[in-house]
Amino acid sequence: MEIEFRPGQLVLEIPARTEFVSLVRVVVAAAAELEPDLEHDRIDDLRVAVSEATTNAIEAHGLSGSLDRIRIQCNLADDEISVVVHDEGVGFDPASVPDLPEPESPDRLEHESGLGVHLMQMLADESEITSSEDGTDVTLVVYSSKRRRRSSST
Amino acid sequence: MWSGTVSGVQIVVHSHSEGDWTVLTVAGELDVVGAPDLRQSVMDAVKTGRHRLVLDLSGVDFIDSFGLGVLVGALKRVRLLDGDLMVIVPEPRVRRVLEVCDLDRVFTIHRSLADAMATLS
Repeated sequence: MEIEFRPGQLVLEIPARTEFVSLVRVVVAAAAELEPDLEHDRIDDLRVAVSEATTNAIEAHGLSGSLDRIRIQCNLADDEISVVVHDEGVGFDPASVPDLPEPESPDRLEHESGLGVHLMQMLADESEITSSEDGTDVTLVVYSSKRRRRSSST
Repeated sequence: MWSGTVSGVQIVVHSHSEGDWTVLTVAGELDVVGAPDLRQSVMDAVKTGRHRLVLDLSGVDFIDSFGLGVLVGALKRVRLLDGDLMVIVPEPRVRRVLEVCDLDRVFTIHRSLADAMATLS
């Protein structure tokens, strides 16, 4: 794994192996801690969302047989942290992820997988998936508490 | 720039009985690395006829969709065998992940093993 620090930015490159996912979570959370106005529960949300995106990226490389590294870029701004997880594996259509049935439905127990995209969308303030046959970029943005207050008052 | 290597983090699962129930006490992170070990422990319990399970996640401080998938799979398996499943989740950050996926409405969740056992007496 390689980590590179620049002003306001941290870039990690990891081998496409699942044992690196926990370390990515630790490093991204440490970067988020540098933002003094980011609450701990929001950092926890970011940890989960980044875990999902990184695991998906590793699986995409596994499916395509790519030996390239996964790139995780954290951008620290005054009022938000954004994380871009980039892979060069087989892409996918985010619209193909099925909606979850209601919790009371017996079919809900048929969804042992497919919760990852839902979690990313629910836990990040902004999430975007851009995917093609050349790879996928997942962008996750978590706002500072100050910005969330500003957003909710407008 | 820093370069290094890392080894995978595993989970630890211990099993004991509480009356008719089998309690699987889990410690670690339920992600793509840890979740398969819990799935195997659940399958081992079910295979040996233990269909009333408590998954005690008191020692779990992280869960993502892989961990959630194992919980959903466990509930599905025991229900097929007329069994039941309770989940112990004292950690708010773990509980939040379940709530975001509405799984707090699917599972019977307690904050402690004592609370869970009290509902049976």
